[in-house]
Amino acid sequence: MAKIHVEGKVHEVNGADNLLQACLSLGLDISYFCWHPALGSVGSCRQCAVKQYKDADDKNGRIVMSCMTPASDGTYISIADEEAKEFREAMVALLMTNHPHDCPVCEEGGHCHLQDMTVMTGHHSRDYRFTKRTHNNQYLGPFIGHEMNRCISCYRCVRYYKDYAGGKDLGVFGSASRVYFGRAEDGVLESEFSGNLTEVCPTGVFTDKTHSEHYTRKWDMQFAPAICTGCAVGCNISPGERYGEVRRIENRYHSELNGYFLCDRGRFGYGHVNSEDRPRHALIKREGKWIALNKTDAIAQAAAVLGGHKPLIGIGSPRASLEANFALRALVGADNFYAGVSAQDSALTALCLKVLRDGPVPAATIKRIEKADAVFVLGEDTLGTAARVALALRQAARGKLVTMSAEKRVPEWQANSANDIAQHALNPIFIATPVATKLDEIAAVAHRASVAGLVALAQAVAQALDTSAPATKVDADTAALAQRIADTLKAAKSPLIVSGTGCGSTALIEAAANVAFALKKVVETTAISLAIPEANSFGLALFNAPAIDAALTKAAQAQSVVLVLENDLSRRATATQLDQALSKCTVIALDHQQTATTATAALLLPAASFAEGDGTFVNFEGRAQRSFQNFDPAYYDRHVATQESWRWISEVRAALGQPSWTNLDAVIADAEATLPVLKGIAAAAPDASFRLQGAKLARAPQRQSGRTAMRANVFVHEPRATQDADSALAFSMEGVNSTHAVTRPAALIPFAWSPGWNSPSAWNKFQAEVGGAMKGGDSGVHLFKHNGAADYFPAKLEATDGLTVLPMHSHFGSEELSAKAKPIQERIPQAFVALNVADAQRLGIEHQSLTRVELGEYVLSLPAKVRVDLPQGSVGLPVGLAGIPPLTAGAAIKVSKGA
Amino acid sequence: MSRAAKDPNYQKPLTRLIDVAAGPLDLAGYEAEGGYTALKTAVKTLQAQDIQSKVKDANLRGRGGAGFPTGIKWSLIPMGPNSGPKYLVCNADEMEPGTFKDRLLMEQAPHQLVEAMAVAAYAIGANLGYIFLRGEYVLCAERLNKAIAEAKSKNYLGKNILGGDWGFDLYVHTGAGRYICGEETALINSLEGRRANPRAKPPFPQIAGLWGRPTIVNNVETLCNIPHIVNNGAEWFKALSQGRSKDGGTKLYGCSGLSNKRGVWELPIGTSAREILEVHAGGMKGGKKLKAWLPGGASTDFLLPEHLDLAMDFDTISKAGSRMGTGLITVVNEDQSIVSAVRNLEEFMARESCGWCTPCRDGLPWTVKIMRAIEAGEGQPGDINTLSKLTRWLGPGRTFCAHAPGAMEPLQSALKYFREEFEAGMAVVKLPESGDVCALPEHGVGAKADYAKERMKWVNQ
Repeated sequence: MAKIHVEGKVHEVNGADNLLQACLSLGLDISYFCWHPALGSVGSCRQCAVKQYKDADDKNGRIVMSCMTPASDGTYISIADEEAKEFREAMVALLMTNHPHDCPVCEEGGHCHLQDMTVMTGHHSRDYRFTKRTHNNQYLGPFIGHEMNRCISCYRCVRYYKDYAGGKDLGVFGSASRVYFGRAEDGVLESEFSGNLTEVCPTGVFTDKTHSEHYTRKWDMQFAPAICTGCAVGCNISPGERYGEVRRIENRYHSELNGYFLCDRGRFGYGHVNSEDRPRHALIKREGKWIALNKTDAIAQAAAVLGGHKPLIGIGSPRASLEANFALRALVGADNFYAGVSAQDSALTALCLKVLRDGPVPAATIKRIEKADAVFVLGEDTLGTAARVALALRQAARGKLVTMSAEKRVPEWQANSANDIAQHALNPIFIATPVATKLDEIAAVAHRASVAGLVALAQAVAQALDTSAPATKVDADTAALAQRIADTLKAAKSPLIVSGTGCGSTALIEAAANVAFALKKVVETTAISLAIPEANSFGLALFNAPAIDAALTKAAQAQSVVLVLENDLSRRATATQLDQALSKCTVIALDHQQTATTATAALLLPAASFAEGDGTFVNFEGRAQRSFQNFDPAYYDRHVATQESWRWISEVRAALGQPSWTNLDAVIADAEATLPVLKGIAAAAPDASFRLQGAKLARAPQRQSGRTAMRANVFVHEPRATQDADSALAFSMEGVNSTHAVTRPAALIPFAWSPGWNSPSAWNKFQAEVGGAMKGGDSGVHLFKHNGAADYFPAKLEATDGLTVLPMHSHFGSEELSAKAKPIQERIPQAFVALNVADAQRLGIEHQSLTRVELGEYVLSLPAKVRVDLPQGSVGLPVGLAGIPPLTAGAAIKVSKGA
Repeated sequence: MSRAAKDPNYQKPLTRLIDVAAGPLDLAGYEAEGGYTALKTAVKTLQAQDIQSKVKDANLRGRGGAGFPTGIKWSLIPMGPNSGPKYLVCNADEMEPGTFKDRLLMEQAPHQLVEAMAVAAYAIGANLGYIFLRGEYVLCAERLNKAIAEAKSKNYLGKNILGGDWGFDLYVHTGAGRYICGEETALINSLEGRRANPRAKPPFPQIAGLWGRPTIVNNVETLCNIPHIVNNGAEWFKALSQGRSKDGGTKLYGCSGLSNKRGVWELPIGTSAREILEVHAGGMKGGKKLKAWLPGGASTDFLLPEHLDLAMDFDTISKAGSRMGTGLITVVNEDQSIVSAVRNLEEFMARESCGWCTPCRDGLPWTVKIMRAIEAGEGQPGDINTLSKLTRWLGPGRTFCAHAPGAMEPLQSALKYFREEFEAGMAVVKLPESGDVCALPEHGVGAKADYAKERMKWVNQ
């Protein structure tokens, strides 16, 4: 800690910060542009000028840039000094000489850091009377709009895109007043993290194109603290809604998880909420046609079917909330409840759970991954399965900059100096995967081997770390590599092992666990990160229910009633399996999407998507997080019957005379009482009775305009805003809205706003230290923690003969819901079959030629991708893409020439 | 007759071997005139620290324009067996308007620079050096490369120089043409293949420079003094100024603009501007009166004829409110417009901004636009006030590097000394007097115009 003097008052600050960060953390406002908590200082915008004095007696002082000045003990500064104030205003005046003042037609308006800073400095009239420089804009793909004329040249975009996210195709061109930020030519931005440009850019140069398509000002949207369902990392998101449509998704700061950044799948994959063909009414199938039912009739129908003494089968879902799964389990009975995932996925996820719960090594948060100084990635292409981890791994590699800067006594926040000092030096990241990954470029070693080869390598690393770990015979090269990896991990201060279910191999996860367990004996701080298949895979795994195969076997035996919860079974079992099992059964489907499964249902109840319902999700590190409802669709259209699955089930249970739940808290309490593994989920967020200053917390910004007239086209009377019985949030702008309550829980902050701070920079105001943890503490509760002993898994060798399936995960397309969004669809690759070059030659298959693929009952015709990096014997197929059946990793596959 | 014989007392160390008509000496010629003695002395008899002390004692100040003591710059570089790779970079980007002194040294005495760099590299323990050369200096590049090849062939460069343990390789890197590359950290970025933006300081290049390693960047003229200091000692060097300045050594002075002669001359440091202009440059062309002069480049304040007797050294010129800069003066005569001169300089500076920081990137174009308006007689009330505000906003400490503060120096001094020329550029607003014939505004044709005309009639009634 350090004591600094601001306007003569003494403040305690973190002496390792720069003055800007220290002052912002104190709640003192200084205008700034180029500085960003995650990107550090570069001193380019000159906006954060303050007056610094030598000591208490110095009356003259000198102007310094607060972002470039350390907050060292005994610093005397003035923010209010007239000369400093004039200079800050002057910098805005200079930026504005080229800014088009097009706020009324700019998407950034009302959400704009430039607007906020301009107002903050008091710049209100213009002396500049000459022409402005103009630029041509570029097409940057389906996600990002480009309007270069608004640019104030703060360089944040390139510093984020290139330095932070490792992108190659966005740069700064030209010089002097003509500097241009864009691509060398028009084209789709390649980075999977391009969406963050919209928040990093302090003005409207890079805007969310998906938002522009149905644009609404920030103050006219209603937000919710929600959790992304794109993968199991559980990034915190802030969806914004207007007129029953999600209009955009923004990052919701969480210091341990997503920090300031989301991936593009999470940010732009919300289209499924708005899609026209969603079921919004209860439907019953009569003579092959869907007939709409009102809610009462639908519940009566469901109760009649369920009460008909047929055997019941409930199939849960890893994309549904804990509450929905629990409700289904309560309705059908624990013995009839099945996890809606394949036997393989179920076994893989259960193994990951076992490693993290029964092993001695903690699961890494994203922040912990970023702090790792040596990483061993085993098998997982995190960009496809847990993209935020991939971005964090880049920061782990870049951690070398910090250590090298520290050696030269350059502070951590001095971003460009760190780049200059470290040049291209990176922390060691060992990437051992079956196929090349985008992260290979930051790898100390990128090692290619079959899954069996990777298992052997990992066992050898474990052996090299601890001789009591199970041994495997490996060749000399592998042994040497294993020794190098082991030595590097051993020498690290915070080593990390990354693996996951992506390759579909339990042996691989066990081998990764063995490395972590062995390393833990040498380095206490060892952590592990395991990517798991879907948003709530761990939540579902906690129920410890049998997999879908068991459910289908049971269904095939007797005519049953099968309740399918938010699950497209065609992604999990083969068509024949489903046909045989379900053809004689009555299927009741609860879902918010039309799927192959809802098509086979007799009754379809419209479930809430993440935007219309509350629920709890358990992320890849075992953190239970509550996702809150964004809006009530029935407010706009009383006929819409969409509601949370657990609520449908509760109402059906009531109709059956079973106990039901009054609100979300009741389901949670029941779940905690029934299943000890779920103990703690209530604490993930405050309950519905929570109040701040006696009031609920507003979901909408204070100025939300036209809310009272929103339904005027339907009926002239203004209905009362929907009352939320399930949470402490109000569907309204009424309620606590700002940052003034220090204890405001992070789980209940729907959007970032504070007086004078309309842009995402408003997160400053919610953080205890800017860029650090939230004032009320970071949200979420760990449901399990490492506490076991390092009992090694026995060495297994997965030797296989012939061609086998290797699942390949695509950032765009492999996840079910995000793949329904139109802009995402533009980025989804065409389905393919990937072959090793030797295999392809042996089979006479040429690159790009249509190839016949026989996979169990499926015969496919796919263009071949002949690759040198793919291990021989492995046939890569993209998970979840159109035309690709459900995949079982390691299953035998036949590939032959010709369509 | 040997070339050195023309300077028997060794009073013009930098140019004594230069004979422009005969061209530069080749290696044999240079050796015959005593070339590479300093390197031999250094490598065979001196420790690195000895040379550093000599340079410090000689009080050699950087000839690139800032006048920073070279010995102190060198002393900041880590020495010793564990100090790792270090680099020596010669700043030969000479792009200062009105400056052409380094060009003379490189074109006419390339071996002197090669030897100087070898000695300097030995003194700081560097094994690799670069000459960052202005791209337009094609002849310099050719001659330097030839000299480097010759020096290599005789083991003045390369491994185990002169049989010792120490080796030094030297490369010429031609720039792509940016004024900002003269700023040492922008130069380093450019050399690394990055954008030529200056770097944040600290860390200074001596700690983290080229490729992140300790680096010394010195100007051509500065470096060329080193072998002579090694040969003749610090006291000799100090005496070269002949008591004209408390600084030691000679300086390449020059003159451009409308003087009778333009050129560059090696004179004792501290020689008066009057001597440079009136003796060496032959006075003002056509007997015109001198109005103002820039002491050493586009980023120095204008001085007046009354300042001509000042000694041209860093401290004296600084006290007079300007900077000596490169020491090559530019003269403006009584017929020339100071507004045009400043406009021209600001256009150059605005164009050459790297675009990194706000005041420079956006402030210089604004300055240029106001200057153009004033030059065209279209100045508006408040323009002069805005210009003086800009000189503050773009002043020292406000910007990321010294580029914009440098650009403000001629402007602020012109505003100080020649404000009336700016005021003369204000647009004349003639208010109608009683009895003037005033035409009604033209409204064009069409329905709207007709309406306006009708309305004007009605108003006029």
